[in-house]
Amino acid sequence: MENAPSDTEIIKTKNIDFYYGTFKALTDITMTFEKNKVTALIGPSGCGKSTLLRLLNRMNDLIDGARVEGEVLFEGMNIYDPEVDPVEIRRRIGMVFQKPNPFPKSIFNNITYGPRLTSTANKSALEALAEQSLKQAVLWEEAKDILGRSAMILSGGQQQRLCIARALAMKPDVLLMDEPTSALDPISTAKIEELIDELKKTYTIIIVTHNMQQAARISDKTGFFYIGKLIEYNATEKIFTNPDVKQTEDYITGRFG
Amino acid sequence: MALPLGVVAAIYLTEYAKQGKIVRAIRVGVNSLAGVPSVVFGLFGLGFFVVFMNFGSYILAGALTLGILILPTIIGASEEALKGVPQTFREASLALGVSKWLTIWKIVLPSALPGILTGSILGISRAAGETAPIMFTAATFFTAKLPQPIFDEVMALPYHVYVLATSGTHIEETRPLQFGTVLVLVALVLGVDLIAIVIRSYMGRKKRW
Repeated sequence: MENAPSDTEIIKTKNIDFYYGTFKALTDITMTFEKNKVTALIGPSGCGKSTLLRLLNRMNDLIDGARVEGEVLFEGMNIYDPEVDPVEIRRRIGMVFQKPNPFPKSIFNNITYGPRLTSTANKSALEALAEQSLKQAVLWEEAKDILGRSAMILSGGQQQRLCIARALAMKPDVLLMDEPTSALDPISTAKIEELIDELKKTYTIIIVTHNMQQAARISDKTGFFYIGKLIEYNATEKIFTNPDVKQTEDYITGRFG
Repeated sequence: MALPLGVVAAIYLTEYAKQGKIVRAIRVGVNSLAGVPSVVFGLFGLGFFVVFMNFGSYILAGALTLGILILPTIIGASEEALKGVPQTFREASLALGVSKWLTIWKIVLPSALPGILTGSILGISRAAGETAPIMFTAATFFTAKLPQPIFDEVMALPYHVYVLATSGTHIEETRPLQFGTVLVLVALVLGVDLIAIVIRSYMGRKKRW
């Protein structure tokens, strides 16, 4: 197979152009995301980094007038192939959003919502899964006694970890995170960052962030975007100490953006 | 009967249909239907159900006519309720790899239910008070027996009042009867509306986002 992936790469975009109606939001994005690594996407607002993220699990399909050109290869398979079911893709590539968005249901039902609808797991299997997912998201200790209560009583940071647990319960291969800490306080943010560090052992994580320190702290590779173009994509250390492109340096040192 | 149809129509309009000229045209159509005088629905019911479909002036024809009468109200209320469900709920569910239909069934509809129910019950209470549609299609001034299901004539409170107050030979003497009938009707409508209010406040308390 000509598109056969190497052992380390899991998602690859090939010459992606993306349009909202007539507005071109992304131009010729070609990049490779590595397995069990944290990749950060940074850049000023409106640079297309969130658009790219949402494109990786076809969440942009939901937007009227959105159009993609090019290929996104997930384990060698083009997810924009007409025969591919986006629902199946989203099961394997989970997503956590900017604002915590738990359902107005109990904590337990939030976590088991996906598996219950997409598998035939019985009650005890669901309970085990809920416990496992909550532990992975480091929420188990806080939530184990209140599983039956509404998720709305949790704090913002707890809700976000619940959303992560909810995504993990689907046992995805990749976890996309769209500014997962931008609505949270510093302590919750630190908790989520620790969590991301832990999760990359099992999952591939791609994270969009506005916070450059965060990108520097948690990611292995960083892509810098500007006006819909990928300006530089390198090891995080290199990006933050000795970037190849002047524009990247200007952004990172705060000269613009 | 109008309820599922109205909700399905609203789901189609808000969730599935591409928002464009056609949907806008449908919406305008639905809204103007809501403003059409009820007597027009009555005549339509007479023409379509009673004569064309040959149902006769019985309960079935009357019920269908009232159903059509309140359909626009239900569609409108359901659409508003569906639009009120935060987009983030839909995204959260879809991002978990749950299909669009299951997302609507499990997340969107339950969240929109209080709004849909309230709107629909208000529609039903409107139907209860209507005279014109059933006068052509189902109602009779007086029967001594309780009606059989579906194919029988039926007494209807509003029509009964109308006849008592206008067509009798002893209008003055039937005054107490008129007042009694009106009281029952008003109490019925009020009761139905109260149910709507209770449902809304009860279900509204559970959800906060």
